[in-house]
This record gives sequence, structure tokens and C-alpha cells, in this order.
Amino acid sequence: MTDKPLLSVRGLTIDIPVASGTLHAVRGIDFELMKGETLCIVGESGSGKSLTSLALMGLLGGRISRRASRADFDGTDLIAASNRQMRRLRGARMAMIFQEPMTSLNPAYTIGDQLIEALLLHKKVGRAAARDRAVALLEKVGITSAASRLGQYPHQLSGGLRQRVMIAMALMCEPDLLIADEPTTALDVTIQAQILRLLVDLQREMNMAMILITHDLGVVARIADKVAVMYAGELVETGPAADIFNAPTHPYTRGLINCIPVPGKTARGAKLGTIPGIVPSLVGEVTGCPFRTRCSEAVPACRGEIPVRTRHAGRQRILCVHEDGQRAASEVPA
Amino acid sequence: MSDAPVLELRNVTKTYTVKQGMFGEPKPLTAINDVSLKLGRGEVLGLVGESGCGKSTLAKVLLGLEAPSSGEVLVDGERLDGQDRRKLARRIQPIFQDPYSSLNPRKSIADIVSLPLRVHKVGDAASRDRAVREILDIVGLPARVMNTYPSQMSGGQRQRVAIARALIMKPEIVICDEPTSALDVSVQSQILNLLGDLRQEFGLTYLFISHNLAVVEHLATRVAVMYLGRIVEEASVGELFDTPRHPYSVALLSSVLTPEPGRGVPDTQLGAVFPNPIDPPSGCHFHPRCARAMPHCAQVAPRPLPTPEGHVECHLYDDSRGRAVA
Repeated sequence: MTDKPLLSVRGLTIDIPVASGTLHAVRGIDFELMKGETLCIVGESGSGKSLTSLALMGLLGGRISRRASRADFDGTDLIAASNRQMRRLRGARMAMIFQEPMTSLNPAYTIGDQLIEALLLHKKVGRAAARDRAVALLEKVGITSAASRLGQYPHQLSGGLRQRVMIAMALMCEPDLLIADEPTTALDVTIQAQILRLLVDLQREMNMAMILITHDLGVVARIADKVAVMYAGELVETGPAADIFNAPTHPYTRGLINCIPVPGKTARGAKLGTIPGIVPSLVGEVTGCPFRTRCSEAVPACRGEIPVRTRHAGRQRILCVHEDGQRAASEVPA
Repeated sequence: MSDAPVLELRNVTKTYTVKQGMFGEPKPLTAINDVSLKLGRGEVLGLVGESGCGKSTLAKVLLGLEAPSSGEVLVDGERLDGQDRRKLARRIQPIFQDPYSSLNPRKSIADIVSLPLRVHKVGDAASRDRAVREILDIVGLPARVMNTYPSQMSGGQRQRVAIARALIMKPEIVICDEPTSALDVSVQSQILNLLGDLRQEFGLTYLFISHNLAVVEHLATRVAVMYLGRIVEEASVGELFDTPRHPYSVALLSSVLTPEPGRGVPDTQLGAVFPNPIDPPSGCHFHPRCARAMPHCAQVAPRPLPTPEGHVECHLYDDSRGRAVA
């Protein structure tokens, strides 16, 4: 592994024009990813995590604007790249799987057609070779009698099988980066565990980097190398998974972790932690910390510039006015 | 637990006839297969299982939306089927998964919440208005939402509206079908806390259907594990989570991803996919996926065996039945 990151993003900003002005959906986020590494972006609905992945893939709608001071994918500037350059990357070197396999598979084409399309497009292979690769990958993702599945249509498969087909499709060209947006949210817990194991195994085998977008902290803890906690368009805390779960620092991260019942830890029937209030509107100018209206540690300074603080030898980063994410007893609450 | 169950299912079976394809032979699909359950007042029964196991059909039968093919449902010892749907609706109310589709977008919150009162012709306009204010306050919504519409509310607020609507008739039993799975984590915990508070305050009994086992463990007092229409294990929450007996319960519990870093994704050992309910496997329905299957599991259906706090249906715990066959 080289020291140069596969993906390096600085100051990614996404603006959406809405009737009442501009929605500042993502505001200057930074992250990077090494080859073979897994980054989990965790956040609640509306935090901007899906937009971030679509922006990287160049799949945002035409009216949505994105910019970044740096968005480097192994030497290609993802923001400046032409449509033609992006088409060459997508499906070949970076691939994506979505939450709902039924809506992202084309119902009018067979599984086989959809699987080999990308390979025929990007690589110099014949139909027969592409077919062989499709069968091999379907077997690898745990689909039995793979050859006979090629002639089937998406509606003939169960949800779990469809998601496996999606994964096989994304991996056809052995991408360097796989972006998975809530890949297991629509599935049963038993199938979820199988699909996640499969993703982790394939990732190791192909030394593929992965960005997994989820709201499920259990999934994050089990497969992430690095975690980025997203709130209202900002990465409020980033760091290695072990640090984030063992020493969550930003008040939002701590709040999220307290909200979920943990078997064996949370007392049965005891009150769960809550985060009062609602996500602020991101339309118009957004100043200060977006979490301050819901934060128990808020102080008047939260309305101003929010400094970036690093901990654990620079590996963990939080956006908070407090050094350790906690208000000192002497400080006045906001 | 009081001795008389508030809700009881006796050998309830629900069979649908499904046609596969345009010219396919109609085939029976047994969604619920001879299920017996008892639920004491104030209890929370967590019902868990994979999609297609019959959880939601069971909820529909309890709500009177589907009539059982055979068997009977008793509320406070009274049979349900002879009863008027309206009478039933006063005692059992549902809360559904998706607060986006379970509320009529064209009705105001006051209309939605007061509808049960109007249907049952309870009180006059003024007293209904008071009742709506009161119940909104109980579920943690300000009275000013009365004149707003579902589209103006967040997912958590909508689910509070759905809860208010379910509780305004003061039912005894609430069927919660995945009530928090469409909600964000921070909202989920608020709704779970609210459901816990309401249960204590009104002495409610819940049937809590969920695929999130961590949530079930947190809220339930008893747990029933369902597989292809059968309740394969039923026990107190402590017993089921601390010493699960059925291999399927063990597999389900092992698939829970607790937020503990570095532990990797567990292997549930559930190799094969969920079987087709139209054509269930012979013998024990679970045997093709079972890590501990024995030869006779494929031939003889297991029978319910009593456990200290419930029952289990598995040949592993039955010394006398079926072994001779193999």
C-alpha cells in the first residue's frame, strides 16, 4: 500500500436551489480514503450523506451545484472531469450499490444483460468471456445455479438475491472504489449479516476501498476502518472506528450512541437517550454549529466560528467549540 | 401477569390461496399455521422473524382485518369472530410502520386523531376537541398541530399522531407493526420511550412486531420467534435472549450487530435462503437452514415442548419423537 490516498476530498460543498433560496446541503467536508480501506459515513436522513456519494460519482441532478478545493480520485479531479471521463470511471474504477435493489435494476432486461453491460462497455472482452465472468461473480456472491439465473428478470428474485446481483454487477470490472448507500437497510437482519460478510470478504480479496453510507451504528462498528459522523451537511466527527465508538467526543456522536439500545449493556426497559429538537433548516446562510439548538453542551460561542479539534495524535477530529466536546462547569449554557 | 390472558390465540390458522402466473394452479399458502399464544395484561409480546414468516398476517387477524381460516381469537375470554368490528376496534388498535402512508394527507391532524371518536359516535364536537388536545399532549405534540397536515410534520411527529389516533379510544391492546423502523435513530429512541411510558400510564398490552432484535429486547417482556407460520419458540425476554433454545432463535440473535467495533460481522450459519412458503420444507420447516439438523428433522414435524417460561418446537429437545424414523 502506498501512502497516497486513493480518494482525497477537501471542502466538498453541495448547494441546491429551492423556492426560498439556496439549500446548503453539504458545507465543506474533508475526508480521505486509502486503497482497501472502509469509510462509513453515518448520519440521519437529510444529513447529506447520500448527496455526498452522488457528488463523487457525478450523479447529482443538473440543478444541484457542487464544488471542492480538492476531489482527487487516483489522479482524476472528480469535479473538473468531463462527462466522458466520468463515464470511463463509473462502473469501471468506481461503482455504486443502492439501498433498493428493485428500483436500481432495470425490470425489462435480464440479470445477465445487466451484469455484462458494464464489462462490455469498459473492457475489451467478448460476450462469452463476459458471461463467464458474470456466472463466476454470481457464484462468488453466493447465488446458486448461477448460469440459469442469467436469463431471469429482477422480479423473479427475492430482495436478498437482488441485492447480491447488484453487488455482483458493481464488481464486474473490479473497481478500486465501491460506494454502497444503505446496502442492507431494506433486508432482514439475517440477510444483512450475510451481505455484509460478503462485501467485507470481496473487498479484502480485491483490495477495494469502500465508502458505506448508513444510519445503522451496528453496521458501522462492525465493518468500518474509519467513521465520519455527518450532521446537517457537516462531518462533525471523524476518526478510526475504535476511537469513535470507545471515545465518542462530539455531543452529537455521543447522543446518537446513547439513543440505541445495546443488548447486554442497556438495561431492559430503561429509558433510552434522546436528542431533543429537530434538524435546522439549511436554507439561506448557515452560521455557527448546526447542532447547537439540540446540544446539551451549547454555549454562546457556538453561534460563531467552530474550530476543528484533533485528538488521539490527530486521528480523531471534531468540529466543536469545546476541546473535548463537553462544556466546562464554569461556562454559561446557551 | 394476571391469570386471565387479555388476548389469546387458540390454534389459529390462516391460509391464502395464491395463483402463480396467469395459468398457474391455485395453491394454498399457510401464512399462520396452528398458532396458540397467550398475552397477559400489561405485557409486551415481541414478535420476531424474517419477512414472509407470517408476522404481519398475525397482526391482521388480531385486528379483525383478516378472518382466521380456523381456530379462535379471544379478547378477555370473549371470542372475536362473532363480534362487531366496531366493538373490536375499541379494544385493539394498530400502529403501523410507515407514518408517511398511514396518515391521510388531505385531513388535518385534528381530523385524523378524532376520526375514531366520530366513527364510534363518542361525545359532541366540543368534547371530541378536548379529547384530541388531551391525547396530543400525552404523546408530546403541541395543540397547535391540530390544524396542520401530515406533510408539514417530521417522521417522528407523524408517528406520534398515529399513536394518538390509536390511543384516543383507550384500547386495551395495541398492535405495533414495526413502529420505529422507518424512523431515524434519534427519533426512534423518543418513540420507544413514549411507548414505554404510555404502557405504564394506561396499563396497555402491546404486540410488538419488529425485525430489530435490540429494540425487541429493550421493550418486550415476552418474545415469540416465528418461522414459516409457526411460533418455534416463545419465552420471557430474559430467557430468550440469555438462553435461546431453538437454533433459529440462536441464528437470529447472532445476526444482531451491536455497536462494538472490531468484532466483525457474525456468521449466522443460515446458509440457504428463506424457503418459499407455498412449498415449505418437509418435517421441521427450518431443517434445510439448520446448523444442528438431524436426519429425522427432514421427516417429522417437531411438536411444541414446554420450557420453564414458554415453549420450543425442536427435535433437539425431544428425546422420544421421530428418532426411530431415521
